[in-house]
Amino acid sequence: MVREILRHEVQRLVADAEAQLAEVLPAREYEEEHLPGAIHLPLARLTRETAAQLRRDRPVIVYCYDAR
Amino acid sequence: MAGKVDWQASGLPTEGKRSGVPRVGARVRRDVPTCRSTDRLDEVAKHVRAAGWDGCVVVNEQRVVLGLLQGQALDGDPQQLVEEVMEPGPSTFRPDVTFEEMTAYMQQRQLDSVLITTADGKLVGILQPTAAE
Repeated sequence: MVREILRHEVQRLVADAEAQLAEVLPAREYEEEHLPGAIHLPLARLTRETAAQLRRDRPVIVYCYDAR
Repeated sequence: MAGKVDWQASGLPTEGKRSGVPRVGARVRRDVPTCRSTDRLDEVAKHVRAAGWDGCVVVNEQRVVLGLLQGQALDGDPQQLVEEVMEPGPSTFRPDVTFEEMTAYMQQRQLDSVLITTADGKLVGILQPTAAE
């Protein structure tokens, strides 16, 4: 199930190790700066194989550049 | 979540080659006075000066920036409405702009302050020279 969450919720979930962070932007943008602990899951290369690095027992927080 | 730019603009820690680069969003003054375009000048001037400022940002109900009211405009006809004397459509900048870039821009154009808004024009705050140094 997909739902939008706020910044403070992200902070809490990550601090409590309850969720995984995934950035979907291209490699250059990920390498320049990303949220702490976020894995790189570029949208252009999203496949069953690349998504396999995600744990299935924890929620995934996916983020992009902005909400629009 | 609003996205990476929201996180960066909030001054929260990041990782990567450019992590830790100071951004404008972490240094704005969010207590800048605001007013509505239909407010009367005398009421606004009183409120602004009581707060220790010499200007305010004109916003709508959604806090979208419409204009600036500052300097001599505050001393105009007290019965005038803000919309009659404000500077409409001021330049604005995003909170994820690096501090270095913003400082250089302000020095180049000899700006005292700049308005910081979200991508959809909602006021975040004002960046002033003392904060930019």
